[in-house]
Amino acid sequence: MNVRSQVSMVFHLDKCIGCHTCSIACKNIWTDRRGAEYMWWNNVETKPGTGYPTQWENQEKYRGGWEKDGTRLRLKSTSKSRVITEIFHNPSQPSMDDYYEPWTYKYSDLFNAPEGSDQPTARPISMVTGEYMNVEAGPNWDDDLGGSPVYAENDPNLKGLTEEQRQQLFAIERLVFFYFPRICNHCLNPSCVAACPSGALYKRGEDGIVLIDQKRCRGWRSCIAACPYKKTFYNWSTGKSEKCILCFPRLETGQAPACFHSCVGRIRYLGVLLYDADRLEEVAKLPDDQLVEGQRSLILNPNDPAVIDAALKNGIHESVIESAQKSPVYKFVKEWKIALPPHIEFRTLPMLFYVPPMSPVMATQNDDTVHSVSDSFFHDIEHSRVPLEFLANIFGAGHQAKVVYALKKQKAVRLYRRAVTVGDIDMKTAERILHEAECSVAEAEGIYRLTSLCTFDDRFVIPPMHREEAIEMMKEPHEHRSETGFGFVQAPERGL
Amino acid sequence: MSSSSPFFLDQVLFIVLPYLAFALFLLVSIRRYIRESFTFSSLSSQFLENQHHFWGLVPFHYGIIFVLTGHFVGFLIPREVLWWNSVPLRLYVLEISAFIFGLLTLVGLISVIVRRHSVPKMKMVTSAADWVLFGIFIYQVVTGLYTAIFHSWGSSWFAATAAPYLWSLLVLNPDITFITAMPWMVKLHIIGAYVMIAFFPFTRLVHALVVPNPYLWRKPQVVRWYGKWIETRQVR
Repeated sequence: MNVRSQVSMVFHLDKCIGCHTCSIACKNIWTDRRGAEYMWWNNVETKPGTGYPTQWENQEKYRGGWEKDGTRLRLKSTSKSRVITEIFHNPSQPSMDDYYEPWTYKYSDLFNAPEGSDQPTARPISMVTGEYMNVEAGPNWDDDLGGSPVYAENDPNLKGLTEEQRQQLFAIERLVFFYFPRICNHCLNPSCVAACPSGALYKRGEDGIVLIDQKRCRGWRSCIAACPYKKTFYNWSTGKSEKCILCFPRLETGQAPACFHSCVGRIRYLGVLLYDADRLEEVAKLPDDQLVEGQRSLILNPNDPAVIDAALKNGIHESVIESAQKSPVYKFVKEWKIALPPHIEFRTLPMLFYVPPMSPVMATQNDDTVHSVSDSFFHDIEHSRVPLEFLANIFGAGHQAKVVYALKKQKAVRLYRRAVTVGDIDMKTAERILHEAECSVAEAEGIYRLTSLCTFDDRFVIPPMHREEAIEMMKEPHEHRSETGFGFVQAPERGL
Repeated sequence: MSSSSPFFLDQVLFIVLPYLAFALFLLVSIRRYIRESFTFSSLSSQFLENQHHFWGLVPFHYGIIFVLTGHFVGFLIPREVLWWNSVPLRLYVLEISAFIFGLLTLVGLISVIVRRHSVPKMKMVTSAADWVLFGIFIYQVVTGLYTAIFHSWGSSWFAATAAPYLWSLLVLNPDITFITAMPWMVKLHIIGAYVMIAFFPFTRLVHALVVPNPYLWRKPQVVRWYGKWIETRQVR
């Protein structure tokens, strides 16, 4: 057992309201720079929808992630043999057209226009060339466009849905969508790291954050094609690739990452998971239907004395283990099993998990009152407005079992709480449904509390990073303090 | 010797210039690597323009790599090259394929220049140094192709004349007897090479110095631990 710690995340999709506050917080801190204008390290997508960059989930187009080649695991994009031939022109690299051309407006026209009978307008100008441009795509261009024949209908996750299910998704009065906020998953088996010809990408040993060494990045762009989530970006101005850094300067000072901190719906949870690094390869090679369970089996119980022993032996600090024991992520992923990894079939073992969204309660309105279509108040999971096949394509590698389990449990908790607070459902029924969902009353209370009543400190259990200890081992801390600071000693400017 | 003699000019161009060029190349490259490592990048523009890119960058790179390797091989193992060329058919095969790769370089280069000029977004990532570089490259490829056509069998005479001259430079005992007798176009080509070597470390060409060779044998995943004290665990 080779115990490592990983700062992991849960996004509770049932709570996401799609306000994009997370995206704005991130943009204002990290990507409001030349060459990075088009980057959204955090973005919120509407599902069904084509996403950002367009159709990022379509790996026939972008060739991201891993594929099984017999007993070997191979990068779909830049395998070692191909890296030499494709370094001059990477055929699966997205271009700016796949994202959008960033723009601003010529606001000066509003002030400088001569007096006349027309309202002056501020025309859009490209933030790349500075020329006038026609805006044809932008951030969240398909926002809320569930049911759109241009966007929603081209969602790669609709693969395998029957014609009837598709029509159900797009019928005028029944169309449905949910929000899918995305950041870098800080995977356990990151394909971006494996693809980097320069070895500039790395995973931090202590907390598992995946970073790009800006001084070693040479702009070969392999990571951009290799990441199946398209969460590494090419800065066209500096000629370097960049990605979400999970706000490590904030984490190191005990603050939640900006997107987590600013989340209005409080959908985000952050905490440490301990995992067994020796079994990574074995799990990454499992058949599709076993991947979700396999990844769960990597995550170790932080209360198990054997795990604690092995963790201490591996140099993991006691306070980090303590933090892992309180981790909300551990509860969602391992204890309750209601948080699932996105697209685990890409085999990068993402460490950002999603609680799949419940569909809207279905009701009919015949007279003045609204009636639930189901006897048990909440409709059956199988009759969700979002077809289970669709959710399973995102959260279950195409297999429904884990998604159904997570949704049933959520529904059971709702019913149980309905019985407690409103009382129009009798407790016996509620307990029967809890039992059917393999959920105890205590567990239901736990899920309810962490979902609805969670405070800042419940949601974010940030481990102490203990940078000071590492510094002490190298040099005198005061000396270090006088030498260090944020930013580059050398300006991150484009070379000639 | 008088300063006006052509021999003096030859000495400047074929002894002083190469040493100056190599000194600049080494010193500036090393300094830039240490002081400005952030600027080492391919500065790829594929992200801004993805279609035309293929038709310029691919032929250019394959062409230039083959041609440069040819020059190096002629310099490193001239005897073996002469032995290979002792059979006419083998000589033709070598000369023709070298010429084709030279043409490929030229086609790629022109394509790259057209792309830089015609795509508006491209102008934002093209510096004055890039245009100087294109100029030197065009000059160098054209003089090279001219030499290949009008002073044929260069693979043989390069091995017999230029290789000894380059070796004499390397062992710090410069001997330019062969070079002074060269046709003027060949001389121009050699001078161009030195200018390019001198200019190299100031431009985006430095990306050639950091080609990703360790990739072929490193492990797929890279893990870094904070601080060098635990460096032994750096790669898993």
